[in-house]
Amino acid sequence: MKLLLKHLKYKELLFNLISRDLKLKYRRSVLGYLWTILNPLLIMIVMTIVFSHMFRFRIQHFPVYLLTGTLLFGFMQTATIRALNSIIDNASLIRKTYVPKYIFTMSAITSELVNLLFALFALLFVILATGVPFTWYFLFIVVPLIQLYVFCLGVGLFLAQVAVFFRDIQYIWTVLCTAWMYLTPIFYPVELLPDTLQWIVMRFNPLYIYITAFRGCILPGIALQPEYFLYGAALAIVVLLLGALTFNLNKNKFILHI
Amino acid sequence: MDNTVIKVEDASILFNMASEKTDNLKEYFIKLVSGKLHFKEFWALKDISFEIKKGESWGVVGRNGAGKSTLLKLICGILAPYKGKVTIHGSIAPLIELGAGFDDNLTAEENIYLGGSILGHSKKFMREQYDEIVDFAELHEFMEMPLKNYSSGMRARIGFAIATLVKPDILIIDEVLAVGDAAFQKKCETRLNKMIGEGTTLLFVSHDNSQVKQVCKKALWLNKGKLVMTGTAEEVCDAYEKEILP
Repeated sequence: MKLLLKHLKYKELLFNLISRDLKLKYRRSVLGYLWTILNPLLIMIVMTIVFSHMFRFRIQHFPVYLLTGTLLFGFMQTATIRALNSIIDNASLIRKTYVPKYIFTMSAITSELVNLLFALFALLFVILATGVPFTWYFLFIVVPLIQLYVFCLGVGLFLAQVAVFFRDIQYIWTVLCTAWMYLTPIFYPVELLPDTLQWIVMRFNPLYIYITAFRGCILPGIALQPEYFLYGAALAIVVLLLGALTFNLNKNKFILHI
Repeated sequence: MDNTVIKVEDASILFNMASEKTDNLKEYFIKLVSGKLHFKEFWALKDISFEIKKGESWGVVGRNGAGKSTLLKLICGILAPYKGKVTIHGSIAPLIELGAGFDDNLTAEENIYLGGSILGHSKKFMREQYDEIVDFAELHEFMEMPLKNYSSGMRARIGFAIATLVKPDILIIDEVLAVGDAAFQKKCETRLNKMIGEGTTLLFVSHDNSQVKQVCKKALWLNKGKLVMTGTAEEVCDAYEKEILP
């Protein structure tokens, strides 16, 4: 109880760190918040042009299919990379005052989540513009979003503590993310993969689970599978526990290495 | 027993100093394979035990690298003991570095809220105290300015004003008062003395022995991570002086 109170005291700090990130990000550019929406839109337009002329996947509502994939994967990638650096970047503060250290990792992931929520307006725009029929199932997107957030938090906590001891983990992680991106059906249908690979991706790629569940809520061509929700939740919780456990185990050693 | 606010029992801190700092996987594996991975152990603090009671003022003396700052960090909770136990009763205001956690790109006003939340104050509380902080720091006309345009003295003023906003149970000072002009230093001293008068426990690190004797009633002397002696400030400071200036 006392422990919980102690952590509640720091929710204000979490909030302030997030608002600092957002303020600094948007203060620098003239178009401000608009860039968060415009950027994925422009990338989607480029990729739609490229892929609809080069390949013939015949995916229904390709712009929406593509944008959901890039937004969610992009969130995972930027959030985990920022989380990876969260402890190192705040070294000066950690050396001088006592603050629960997970706050920095959590604020990195959460401020990326806020960015993602802004960027979802771009998705809404494309949905309206391309005439995807609106249903109440849209509201279920909250479920995969929360699960993905929890999943990223787990991955981020794990990476943040490893990065304190091994700084070059960030290069390795960037490479892994690139491989991961091509193994995730972002701009191609999962049926395009060879059978074995498809089997592996559909079972062991968490991002496939979250993106497919998300698309299932929006796109009429993709079935909304409740078991993906369950599987996604279990995965997120397991990863968060692993991340929190490793972080907790090593947090007292951070100060000796930063 | 009830009025013990800081209790340190057999606390030790071990630094694992690799002869060359290895902080990436590549070097780690190269050294692991070539058998060059060894650590040099260094006891920053070894088996330290003492108790501080409520309302006491303690000075910490010792040469550079004796472990004074490490001891303060241990008490603040920045460092966890490798061995032993540290028990704290009450709130701590650490004046180890003024304005730790300020962000250069934010304005002074935004930094006041950020700095307050690092110490665990709520936004509501900070809003109520905001005017008092600005008054104390005497920086009314600069609050909209990004902190990167501030001088170190101006930063320290804001940092000090936030850190001493609430009367803490324990005040920890690590030679931070050397910044600021004479008038402001005077103001800081007045505020600290008032706190001590109201029953705040003080832990004070300084190289100025006369200052220690003046401010503190008791003192402890550290040398190479070990506790050499504890006692009244007079005794300890005199013994320490005799040792380093024979």
